Amino acid sequence: MSAVWITVVVVGLATIAIKAAGPLLLARRTPPPRAQAALEHLAPALLAALVVTQALGGDNGGFAIDARLAGLAAGAAALLLRAPLLVVITAAAVTAALVRLVA
Amino acid sequence: MKRLTDAHPREPGRRTYLDGVRAAAPIGVAAVAFGVSFGVLARSADMGRVAPIVMSVTTFAGSAQFAAASILGAGGGLVTAIVAAVLLNLRYGPIGLSAATTFEGPWWWRTLTAQLIVDESWAIAQRDDGRLDRHLLVGAGLLLLVTWTGGTAVGTFAGDLIADPESLGLDAAFPALFLALLWPQVRDRSRLLAALGGAAIALVLMPFTGPGIPIVAASLACLIGARRSR
Repeated sequence: MSAVWITVVVVGLATIAIKAAGPLLLARRTPPPRAQAALEHLAPALLAALVVTQALGGDNGGFAIDARLAGLAAGAAALLLRAPLLVVITAAAVTAALVRLVA
Repeated sequence: MKRLTDAHPREPGRRTYLDGVRAAAPIGVAAVAFGVSFGVLARSADMGRVAPIVMSVTTFAGSAQFAAASILGAGGGLVTAIVAAVLLNLRYGPIGLSAATTFEGPWWWRTLTAQLIVDESWAIAQRDDGRLDRHLLVGAGLLLLVTWTGGTAVGTFAGDLIADPESLGLDAAFPALFLALLWPQVRDRSRLLAALGGAAIALVLMPFTGPGIPIVAASLACLIGARRSR
């Protein structure tokens, strides 16, 4: 099996199990408050890391500074203007494409 | 004595599956576009045509799929791709706990319907009393599953028509997408600290490790939440 299919199968099975865990195991027990509080902070921590690695990551590790940063800035500006998600993403893509066209 | 009205309780303002579909319709439009972008990213990451579609049906979680595809595409290896995607989906543990009493029926049916939990359907299904409306969640979840998977299928095939994703700025769309997903998560000071901590850990590790590792290590920033709870 290729790396792609192993990833698809393992991530799929893990996600199915994670989503079903609560409804299956309930038993009126919730995680300890500290564990619950930590898990609630996992999404902001990981998503922020993804913003950084997607905007600055090079092809083989390390950093690569390019038009993605201009795109991210445009996306952030659209977010500040409360633009819908599609507008945010389009603004980022179009801005980066224009920067590459000019540069 | 059993009364007829007890056998068929009438709840004022009871919601139907169709109400869930209607409530999620605007998000469904966005989900098609996100699905297309995921399909295109998956193509550029050499994931083939079928695997991304299977992933959209089974994993059905945007950020984890984008993370797995981008790590595979960057040559980060399958272990880092799997770990990062599973870590991103760990939030469905507590979300699932909050939905524990929502579903009915045998274990396999509860497992199946619980798969319709995504951030958006979960948000739509919130009731005033803090519990979840099963009809809204299932209706919204089904619409998002169909639009997300359909978009993925379009993207994996249309990906061939796009000569150079970078010339269209598609690679710049993804940090903006993650920023947009992060935006509603940062709703208090401790979540902001977790986000800044995660970003800082990633920045520090990026020069020294392969792709993927900084993202996994950044999950440690969630401990800020435990430290700051009472």
